[in-house]
Formats: sequence, C-alpha cells, structure tokens
Amino acid sequence: MRSSAVALPPIAIILPVSRRIAPALLVAPLVLYMLVFYAAPLAAMLARSVDDPTWTVANYRQLIDDPVFPIVFWTTLRTALIVTGGTLLLGYPVALAMSRLSRGAAAVVLIIVLLPFWTSVLVRSYAWMVLLGRRGLINEALSASGLIDAPLKLLNTPFAVQIAMIHILLPYMILPIASVLRQIDGSLPRAASGLGAAPFSVFTRVILPLSMPGVAAGVLLVFVLSLGFYITPALVGGPHDYMLSMLIAQQVDLLNWPYAACLSATLLATTLLIIAVFMRLPGVRDVLRSVTR
Amino acid sequence: MDSIVATATPGIGLRGASVVLSDVEKHFDSVGAVRGVSLTVAAGEFLTLLGPSGSGKTTTLMMIAGFETPSRGDITIDQRSVITQPPHKRNIGMVFQNYALFPHMTVAENIAFPLRQRGIDRATRARLVFETLELVRLPGYETRYPRQLSGGQQQRVALARSIVFRPRLLLMDEPLGALDKQLRESLQLEMRRLHADLGITFIYVTHDQEEALTMSDRIAVMNHGLVAQIGTPEDLYDRPCDQFVASFIGESNFFPCVVLGIEDDMVIAESGGTMIRALAANFPPRGETVTVAIRPERLRFADSHPDMQRANRVWATITEAMFAGERRRYQCRCDGGVSIVVKEPSGATSRRRAEGEYVELVWSVADTVVV
Amino acid sequence: MSIGRACFAAFWSLVLLFLALPIAIVVLLSFSSASYLTFPPPAFGIRWYSAYLGSSEWLASTWLSLSVAGAVVILSTTLGTLGALGLARLRSTAQAAVAALVAAPLIVPGIIAAIGIYYAFSRYRLVGTPIGLVLAHTCLAMPFVVTSVSASLAGFDRRLEQASLSLGATPWGTFRQVTLPLIRPGVLVGALFAFISSFDELIVALFLSGSGAVTLPRRMWDDLRFDIDPTIAAVSTLTIVLTAALLGGAHLLRRRGGAR
Repeated sequence: MRSSAVALPPIAIILPVSRRIAPALLVAPLVLYMLVFYAAPLAAMLARSVDDPTWTVANYRQLIDDPVFPIVFWTTLRTALIVTGGTLLLGYPVALAMSRLSRGAAAVVLIIVLLPFWTSVLVRSYAWMVLLGRRGLINEALSASGLIDAPLKLLNTPFAVQIAMIHILLPYMILPIASVLRQIDGSLPRAASGLGAAPFSVFTRVILPLSMPGVAAGVLLVFVLSLGFYITPALVGGPHDYMLSMLIAQQVDLLNWPYAACLSATLLATTLLIIAVFMRLPGVRDVLRSVTR
Repeated sequence: MDSIVATATPGIGLRGASVVLSDVEKHFDSVGAVRGVSLTVAAGEFLTLLGPSGSGKTTTLMMIAGFETPSRGDITIDQRSVITQPPHKRNIGMVFQNYALFPHMTVAENIAFPLRQRGIDRATRARLVFETLELVRLPGYETRYPRQLSGGQQQRVALARSIVFRPRLLLMDEPLGALDKQLRESLQLEMRRLHADLGITFIYVTHDQEEALTMSDRIAVMNHGLVAQIGTPEDLYDRPCDQFVASFIGESNFFPCVVLGIEDDMVIAESGGTMIRALAANFPPRGETVTVAIRPERLRFADSHPDMQRANRVWATITEAMFAGERRRYQCRCDGGVSIVVKEPSGATSRRRAEGEYVELVWSVADTVVV
Repeated sequence: MSIGRACFAAFWSLVLLFLALPIAIVVLLSFSSASYLTFPPPAFGIRWYSAYLGSSEWLASTWLSLSVAGAVVILSTTLGTLGALGLARLRSTAQAAVAALVAAPLIVPGIIAAIGIYYAFSRYRLVGTPIGLVLAHTCLAMPFVVTSVSASLAGFDRRLEQASLSLGATPWGTFRQVTLPLIRPGVLVGALFAFISSFDELIVALFLSGSGAVTLPRRMWDDLRFDIDPTIAAVSTLTIVLTAALLGGAHLLRRRGGAR
C-alpha cells in the first residue's frame, strides 16, 4: 500500500494550502537565491559568447582559428589523463589496503587520506612549491647526498603540475573505491577461494570487477576536477603549461569577455558531457551518493 | 478541545467518543484506496478494522486522525464533523506501528509532551505521567530514553503517551506488528484491560485476524477499500457473509453447490453427488450455484461421532496427515472431487489416521453457511 | 609475509607518506628562522608567527575572511535548511530540478563560476566589497548545507511529526520541539562545511576581492606570486589547525547524530 501518511510541513496547515504548494514555499527562497546570484550571472556571462555584438557564432569560429587554443586544450586534456592515471595507480592500492585492515588501522589510514582535505588547495600547492623549488627539499636532499651538482628545475614544469595535482586529487580517487570495496560481500572472495582460486585470481576475477563502479566514480571525479583546475597549475606550472582555466582567466584579465565566454562554454560542455557519460555507467551514481555522506 | 479531567485517576471510566463514517472515499491519483466506507462506532466500543494490506484500513484510520482528507463523504466524532479540523486540534490519541517515540526526549518527557501542548502545569504533568506509567505497568521508567527500552516497553510508553491527556478516542495502527508472538499476546491482554479500565473508544487496525478476534467488541473486515462485513467476532466467525471473510478469518472449506430447494430454515444443495444442508441469510432460487463454507475444526470423523443430529455427511480419502502440536491436520479429497481440510485436537482420545484411509466426515448443519 | 605482500604494504605506505609529507613540511617550515624559502631550515623559531601577528594587513585579511565566512554560514544555513525541508517533500521531477540547481556549484568548474559571478557582480559594483564575497560564497556553500541537512532528514521518521500533531502540538510547535532538535546535527555539520568552504575559498576571491576586500587566501596568493617568505607557512599552519578543528567537530557531530 502506498504510504501517503506524510505530514504536511507546518505552513500547509497554518494556511489552507494544498500539499503541493507548501514545500514549494520552503524551497522558493533557496531557488530564487541560486538563480539570482549563481545561475543568472553564469548564463549572462556565457551568453556573451554568442551575442556580442549580436547573435552570432563568430566567436566560436575564433576558437577554431586560434593557434593557442588547441595547444592549451591538449595540455589540459593530457594533464587530466595523466593525473587520473596517476591517482588510479597510486590510489587503488591504498583503497584496497583500507578495506583489508582492521577497524582501528583503517581509521588511521582514513585520517591520513582525509588530511589533504583539511588543508586548502592553496596550502597544498604552496607545499609543492616548497618541495620542488630550487632550494626546496628535494633539491637540497639530492645535492646534500651528492647525486647532483646543480639544482634541478623541478618547479614550473609539467611534471610539477602533474605531481601536485595527483597529490591534491588522490583522496577523490581513494574514497569512492574504498567505499565500494568495503561494501563487497565478504562471502564472495571466500567462495572464490573455496572454489580453488589463488589470491591473485580472487583479486582479478572477483574483487577488481566488483570494484569497477568505485573506479569509475573516482575516475570521473578526478578527471572532471583536473579539467577545471586553476590554482595549482597557476602556481607550480610554467609559462608553457597553460591549462584551459588559466587561458580563461587570462582572457578575462584582458577584458576579452566574448572569447573567455566561448572558452568557458567549451570547458563546461566538455565537463557536462563526461559527467553524463559516466553517470550512465552502472553503480556510479550510487557510489557518488554514498561517498558524499 | 475537551478539557482534561484533572482529578481523573485510572480505573474511573470516561465516556468514549462515538465516531460515524458516512460514505467515506479516498482516492490517490486514480487509485481508490477507500471506495465507500460507512460505519458507526459506538461510544466506548473496541472496534477493529481488519484486512490484508491494501484493503484501505490504515487510510481509513488516517482519515479519522486527520492526516488524510477524504475525497468524499463525512466523518463525525460525537456528532460533530471533523473533516476540516487539523489533526492537532482533534484531541485523539494515536499509537503508531513503530511507536514514534521522540528519541531525543526521556520517557517522562515523551509522555508529558501532550500535556505541555495543553499548558498543564509542571506539578500536574509529573503526577499524570506517574499515574499513567503505573497504568501501563512501567513504574519508575521516567528518566530512561526510548533507545534503552525493549520493543514491548516502547509500545507501552507510546500507549501511555497517547492516553495521558485523557482522549475519548484512541486510534491504533498495527501497534503490535513489530513484536514477537508471546509479547504480542500478553500486550493484547493488557490493551483489553486498559480498554475496560478507561472506558474510551478504541479503533484498532490490524491484518492479524487472531488479534482481532481476541480483542474486539466488533470487527469491520475490509477488502479493496470497502467493508466486507461488520459484526462481533462470533458473528464473523460463524456466519461469514462471503468467501473473502470466510477465508480471511480463520480457515474455511468451500463446497461449490447447486441449490435443490428449501426446507424449513435450511437450504438444500448438492455438491459432487453429496447432499448438503446449510443455513442461509437469504434463500437463493433453485438451480443457482452457490458456495457453502464449513470450518475445518468443525468437521468430525463419523466413526468417532456416531450420534450427531442434523448433520451433513461426506465420504473422503485422506491425502495428507500432519501433526501440528495442539492439533492434527488432514488434507482430504471428497468423493465429489473437492479438496478439504480437517482439523482435530491431538491427544490420546482421538485416533491418529493414516494417509489413504477412506473415511466418512460428519458435521453439524448449524455450522454450514452459504457465502 | 611473502614478498608480494611486503611489496604491496611498502607501496601503499609510501603513497600515504606521499600524502602526508608535503603538509608536514609546510608546518615545519613555519617554525623556520630563515628569511627565505629553504629546506631544511637552519634553525627553528616562531619568527614568522610574530610576523603574521604583527602585520596589520594579514590580520585585516584574517578578520575579513572570518567575518565573511560567518555571514555565509548564517545565510546559507538558513536558506539551505529551509530549502532542504521543502526539497524532501517535493515531487520527483521538481525535486530533481532543484537538486541539480543546488548541486551546480559542485559540478561547474570553479573558474567558470568565478568569472560568471565577476561578470555580473561588476555591473552592480559588488566587486571589492565584503557583501559581494558573502553573496558569492553563499552560493558555493549551499550544496554542503543542503546535502548535510537532507541526509539528516532522510533518517528522520515522518511519523514522529504525525505523533506530535496527534498529541496536540501545532505544526510550528512540532517543528520546534521535534523536527529541529533531531536534524540539528545535520544543520551544524552543514554550517561547519559552509564556514570552511568560504574561509578557504580562493578562485572567486581572486576576481571579487579587488583591492577593498582582500581575503586571507587572496593575500596568500598575492604573496606567493610576488614575494615568497615563510610567513605564508605560518598562516598556512594556522589555517590547517583551524580547519582540522572544525572538521574534527563536524565528524564528532555526525557520529553523535547517527548514534541517535
């Protein structure tokens, strides 16, 4: 039987209002606020890509003609791919370990994984500047041990951007995978062993496939976040490592709004497309929901 | 709102409220959950709405409580229509299936909650809470939290909370559903006692027919949004009006028959070669197909009961014999092809029969009903 | 332990070290006595903390960030809590639409939202004002509040509200005495996340701070770009401590909310 016994929110009984309208009254201020201060500004800015000076797609054509854009787009894409791959490679084992450790040990590991969340992106990027700088930890350690004569140029390189972003985005890969691994029915790997599978086989044939929704969710999160990343590449990247977000910021500084809007629209469309594709994969939506607990 | 009887002590009965539902309907989108219910609940009565899930019993209760508005029809409490009255003004006690105790309040705070809403002063509140806890046999539990209580205790606190403000009507939505059998049975007795002590009107919803038969003054059996039959437990048990009621309450065997004629107060019908006499509320015409019901525990083996008067008889082969504790259960196939069940108390006085035995079954005409 | 297991354990331990190390370094650096960015530091001291506390600009930025975050908490918690209450009872199509709108700040890349807001706000002279920051940060904080309160509501039994009404409490009384106390942990956790998100926020601040409303992250950014001295390490360490304390509180609240 359909459970219709839902109490009306307070307003519905104070005023003789139908049950359909009362929740809308509660939600209205929130919706209005978001529309006025978030959605409308965004839409207005994006509209500049097609209505300056009149309705036209000429700005998008500029995108195609611009020699800088493909390079930047490719840099952004390449960085996102590398960072996603890197976080996956480094993060999966940690998630696997977390699922196997005892409750107490797993909690400690969780705290270490969550540690980066306690520090802002700015602080973490700064940490990498300290590590990779000419007088940074790595160079000092290497020259102190005599391995190098002159300090390496580590900062302001693509490598710096990638390693820093991997560091910052690692928790976003670890948490969804750990969440899914934790939910795998413990009797399944046991059943597999009982049926004769060696530990490595149990992993590749039972655990790995079952963890795929978590992997997909992690890949989605890291990739999408990498695409739009600004602070870290701007701080630790070099002049030749322009990411799309930096190009957008630069265009805004130059007050070149139409072009900035085009770039933004492109970035946004790419992001939404990837999200749409990934959300269709089985289980991804549920993993994301359970991780944002 | 009715005023609290400030000096009321448990044991002194209060007049209960009378409730009348007139042609009440409730539709959700296009689904008719309640399709036309009319009933009158007398003051101080214990009425149960009994039916399977989806029969509309809970929806009906919710309409009386005020959490649902009828699509059509009227509900009056003490001759006053309450359709437009919001639930918090109706002064009705309500007990929910999962108790709905406020987890962030102690037992005492939970029970005192309705008294606070009515502006009762602290001293009176404390006294009433104390008395009511005594009434439900949980003295001294004031400072506990719901999560520290067992299911049965939580249910009693919920009861206490719903009667502390002396409502004249108490609604209960399957309150014992989450408890185990023995606890259910002991709480059923307590509720019956409480009803006798308080003297107020109880309207109880359940899908458990045994519970309904044990506790109620009257039962309204509901099916698909309508009241199939309403009457005392014995009325419903002995004289079910249709196949649904006959099989929902207790167990019934059904014989499809063709009416041969009338004799005195009985209908004579024929089923698969056997003549059956039955009592009927109205007299169907000759040649009509009817169904006749007889309860398994009223069937007897003829060789153990040779002297039964005004009896129906049929020969059958036992296809399965099962032992079920306090009774034995035999699945039989009659000569006419109908499958029936016979239930007999176990024990030394009755002979255990074997599968394959060909037996004659006998039962009183007074126990046979046309449904 | 077999070789395989040992390698595996070593590997993920190294990854954990990788996660923790950079932050530990920042904290250590904040206690360095050297006046430039070098590691390991020659000696230890609290020089940079004194520098921070002695600088009126740093303190002004800190105060601005704290007050903006405070205002954001009030605004986003109010709108977000009411919104979550209504959201839970909406029909599924309306519910999905509103949920998407509220979640948008999490999906749209920060830079795009920042320049969009900058574009619109500059028209209304909101750039370089604390109000502009509050209005913008509230949007970004909203998803956290709504998610947290919604999670609390999901575990809330509607029948408690019905019980309360049947016992004679008015709808407002029910909200006050029953609903609100039980969702309070969710509201508080949402408020904490709202605070942290505003306090640490940089991308929008880059455009909206202008010269009149320089938040703490914005000042750190400017310093990093132009003049790196370890004061930033001291400030970073302090923000780490603050955020950790707030998140620790949030975690405890969630546990307590769940235990009920």
